[in-house]
Amino acid sequence: MDDLITQITAHYNYWMVIILMMIGLYITISRGNLIKKIVGLNIFQTSVFMFYISMGKVTGGTAPILTGNPDEVYSNPLPHVLILTAIVVGIATTSLALALAVRIREAYGTIEEDELLTIERDAEAAEDKI
Amino acid sequence: MMITSNYALFLALFLPLGAAVLLAALRDMPRARDIAHVATAAITFALVLRVLSGFLAGDVAHLYLFDVMSGLPLAFAVEPLGLVFAALASGLWIVIAIYAAGYMRAAEEAHQTRFAIFFTLAIAAALGIAFSANLFTLFIFYEVLTLSTYPLVAHKGTDEARKGARTYLIILLSTSIALLFPAIIWTWLASGTLNFEPGGILQGHLDPALAPVLLALFAFGIGKAALMPFHRWLPAAMVAPAPVSALLHAVAVVKGGVFALLKISVYIFGTGYLSSTNASQWLIWVAAFSIIVPALIAITKDDLKARLAYSTISQLAYVTLGVALASQAGMIGSTLQIVMHAMAKITLFMCAGAIYVAARKTKVSDMSGLGRAMPVTFTAFLIASFSIIGLPPLGGAWSKYFLLLAAADAQQTAMIIVLGVGSLLSIAYLLPVAARALFLPAPAEMTREAPPAMLIPICATAFGCLLLFVFAHDIYGFLLNVPLLAPEVAP
Amino acid sequence: MPQFIAQHLPILQVIVPLIAAPFCALISVRNGAWWLAFVTSLVTFAISVLLFAATFDGEIISYHLGGWAPPIGIEYRVDMLNAFVLTIVSGTGVLTLLYARASVAHEVDAKQHGLFYTAFVLCLTGLLGVTITGDAFNVFVFLEISSLATYAIVASGAKTDRRALTAAYNYLIMGTIGATFFVIGLGLLYMITGTLNMADLAQRLLEHGDSRTLRMGYAFILVGLGLKLAMFPLHQWLPNAYTYAPSAVSAFLSATATKVAIYVLLRFLFSVFGFSIPFEADILFLVVLPLALAGSLIGAYIATYQDNLKRLLAYSSISQIGAMLIGVSMLSASGLMAAIIHLFNHAVTKASLYMVAGAYAKEAGTVSIRELRGVGRDMPFTTAAFVVGGMSLIGIPLTVGFISKWYLVEAALMRGWWPVVIVIVVSSLIALIYVGKFIEAAYMHPAPQGIIRREAPLTMLIPMWIFAGLSLFFGINSSLTSEAAARAAQGLVAASSLIWQ
Repeated sequence: MDDLITQITAHYNYWMVIILMMIGLYITISRGNLIKKIVGLNIFQTSVFMFYISMGKVTGGTAPILTGNPDEVYSNPLPHVLILTAIVVGIATTSLALALAVRIREAYGTIEEDELLTIERDAEAAEDKI
Repeated sequence: MMITSNYALFLALFLPLGAAVLLAALRDMPRARDIAHVATAAITFALVLRVLSGFLAGDVAHLYLFDVMSGLPLAFAVEPLGLVFAALASGLWIVIAIYAAGYMRAAEEAHQTRFAIFFTLAIAAALGIAFSANLFTLFIFYEVLTLSTYPLVAHKGTDEARKGARTYLIILLSTSIALLFPAIIWTWLASGTLNFEPGGILQGHLDPALAPVLLALFAFGIGKAALMPFHRWLPAAMVAPAPVSALLHAVAVVKGGVFALLKISVYIFGTGYLSSTNASQWLIWVAAFSIIVPALIAITKDDLKARLAYSTISQLAYVTLGVALASQAGMIGSTLQIVMHAMAKITLFMCAGAIYVAARKTKVSDMSGLGRAMPVTFTAFLIASFSIIGLPPLGGAWSKYFLLLAAADAQQTAMIIVLGVGSLLSIAYLLPVAARALFLPAPAEMTREAPPAMLIPICATAFGCLLLFVFAHDIYGFLLNVPLLAPEVAP
Repeated sequence: MPQFIAQHLPILQVIVPLIAAPFCALISVRNGAWWLAFVTSLVTFAISVLLFAATFDGEIISYHLGGWAPPIGIEYRVDMLNAFVLTIVSGTGVLTLLYARASVAHEVDAKQHGLFYTAFVLCLTGLLGVTITGDAFNVFVFLEISSLATYAIVASGAKTDRRALTAAYNYLIMGTIGATFFVIGLGLLYMITGTLNMADLAQRLLEHGDSRTLRMGYAFILVGLGLKLAMFPLHQWLPNAYTYAPSAVSAFLSATATKVAIYVLLRFLFSVFGFSIPFEADILFLVVLPLALAGSLIGAYIATYQDNLKRLLAYSSISQIGAMLIGVSMLSASGLMAAIIHLFNHAVTKASLYMVAGAYAKEAGTVSIRELRGVGRDMPFTTAAFVVGGMSLIGIPLTVGFISKWYLVEAALMRGWWPVVIVIVVSSLIALIYVGKFIEAAYMHPAPQGIIRREAPLTMLIPMWIFAGLSLFFGINSSLTSEAAARAAQGLVAASSLIWQ
């Protein structure tokens, strides 16, 4: 029992990441509102950012800036740098998704997925009749 | 001769392709186009004869183009079976080209240029099959033949024609893709080559227990051989104009199919391998089934072309039977059957076309007494019928004779009976047609014979059936050249 | 100077289009954006041909970005396989851009042209970058550059049909999930090895041996890439995206985007993971192969009852991707070679087919098969190109499709996998049905009343027929492509730690 608890607490960062990841993915899949889907996607991506960042943390380590002290323990800076890039990609994705949502709203008058599906199904049925 | 055998072979294969372009250019000049069509046929025939005379003189033509995939070249080589088929196809092409020109005008068909172009392509593909030096090349031209005849079958553009053409294409392509194609790759993996070699290439490379399976893939994969149950395309293709039916049933398509089967059995399996492993035993029975059942169906058909179509399925199975017997007599019987049946069936289909053009009749029951108005057509029909049945003095007698010989050699008593019953059934479905037309009283409205452009080819091929009886021995002698054994084993 | 360029070819391959892209948006001269994009694609094509020639005899070019040696610095690594893919991508870029001029003018608003070509060139940049880089994280970045640009150009089809917007949105959601899965996988690999250089990763994973983290990483990367390459059943984004995107975009994407994703999959499976633990091969047999088989059948089957020509082609793509994955999951040199040659062959074929669809969209105003009845008489050259491409999809001899099918069946037979042979053969028979359906409508049916259709302009016909011609040429003489594919397959074989039959 103690083992299990240590197991859980020692890796609590991963538990947080997994919980966030599942929440994000669930929202993306289950919500019908296009904006909410984007929010879900953002949470999902953020969980991955946290995963990388916590991975680079070294216990007792400081920020990776040279201090001159040879015994100084640094955190691994590489994952942090990678995540900077990933965050930029995430922002680009979010803004593009939002732009698309705006255009969809202009073209269809709604951003609810079920209504969009109804409209498109009607359009297909109309095409079939020709 | 002025040109070498190799060059003649090259020209025979590619002249028809060039001619197709020429025909397209002549689309606004029907007369020039038809002359060009016939001329191409004649020149091609002359070229094939040149290759033949070169072969007899010991100058075996061959042509290597390039490797399509590594080790798998597009290559052509001359051997006796292929020469017989090529001479047959190109020779009858002249006849059909003349006939088609007459038919298409008299029947007022549209798109005559398109028709001539695809016709030419189909013959080119048949020649490619005849001269192919390896199984790979054969397969390529086999597929080209299927595709180039599709527009011919669908020529009329009616719903019925579309449906028939669809059946035609789907059955032929699916059998070749689903069965023939894996069979070829299997052969390739087993023996490391696809070249047609005397004595076959599978000996020692394929487990004899698997040989029947591979043979089945080939026999059914070559849908053009119309072995039951893959025969449906043949009656379906009856919607095509008569010259196409003649092309399909006498010259290019079905003959291309059984010829491919023959070539594979001789040069891929090798008759020795087939008979020693008994791989073709089952095929004998399938062929027998395919002789009897379609003949029975043919008797029930009132539509003349449908009747002839089922007759073709039955007659083709004779060739398959010869292949399955896997002996020299069987091989010779099969080849002769290809030739004899081609000559007779082309006559029958041209007659059917002439009847349609002159009297607009397609049903056997409507043709009573028609022979009084069209004596030439129906006499030719009668002669060709006798040849199909196998009566002397007509060519068909010889092929049946050799097949009987082969069956007797193999001690297949049942097959002797099947051959006999097959002939009896062919009497039952063919003779009434001519008999009704010639001996029943004439109908009230008078019709006349079809135009001379159609009658002359009909008479020529009917006469050809007679000639073949006389010259069958020469073909027989020539076929003895077919190498059945690998060179080092031959005595 | 030439030597300087020759030394820096790998980076120029990516940097040239990357720099050119924003200028496409800035040029205000009429058609200026198109010209810039076209010239850029020509330059990238020239570079990739040079790279292809340089690596054809087996040499591997390793380029160190900024002079930093790997594994610290980012490495661009060019061998036979990715030089081959680079050539496919940039070559398709040139021809689709040539085609795009007339097609895009018809399908995209004039005032958006600058932005459209910017996104197009960015997409090209991303795809080239993914292919050329030897750094795993770099793959992700370029993958996202190309994907984001793709979402934008797919959405630009909204002028003809507003459904392009929802298609792009769904593609974005699915694509982002895929990319994020891929990054999670990378993170797990990084946890094990502490490196992101692919060659280094492979080395250290081999030393590491089996672990749950490695298995997780493998699974995440497989699923992530599966989404990107539209592996059945992760393909839902593809049909709508390809149907409603401008035709030039469909042609470009079908020939490149999924192909590059397959390339990445190959690279990771063989060069990075290398099948050092049995788990990796097991997953391929037990999960990927059945899905590939199902995809190749179901995709083809769904294609048979489509009326929209572009959607028909999209489902056919899913089926053909299944065929490639079958080749991959055979885990044999011959299967791999079949997959790689099919990658090229299918790219060429599908590009020409989408160009045909685009020509119909422009000249006939529709891609509905019913409304395109009798089009063979009005647009003979365009429809003839469809016949060529269609025969290649079926696998008729003398087309590239036949070559692919030959190698695929040969590879399956070598393994003795008869059921797989049957699936391959059946899926090409279904292809016969959906191709035949259109060809029959185009040639055998009379045209609907009162429709005027003219042959497509030369700028569309030429690229269309270059692709159709390629699918004939390499079908008649496949020595170049099969040699390149065989060498690329050998390269992958050598990199992995499987024992090869």
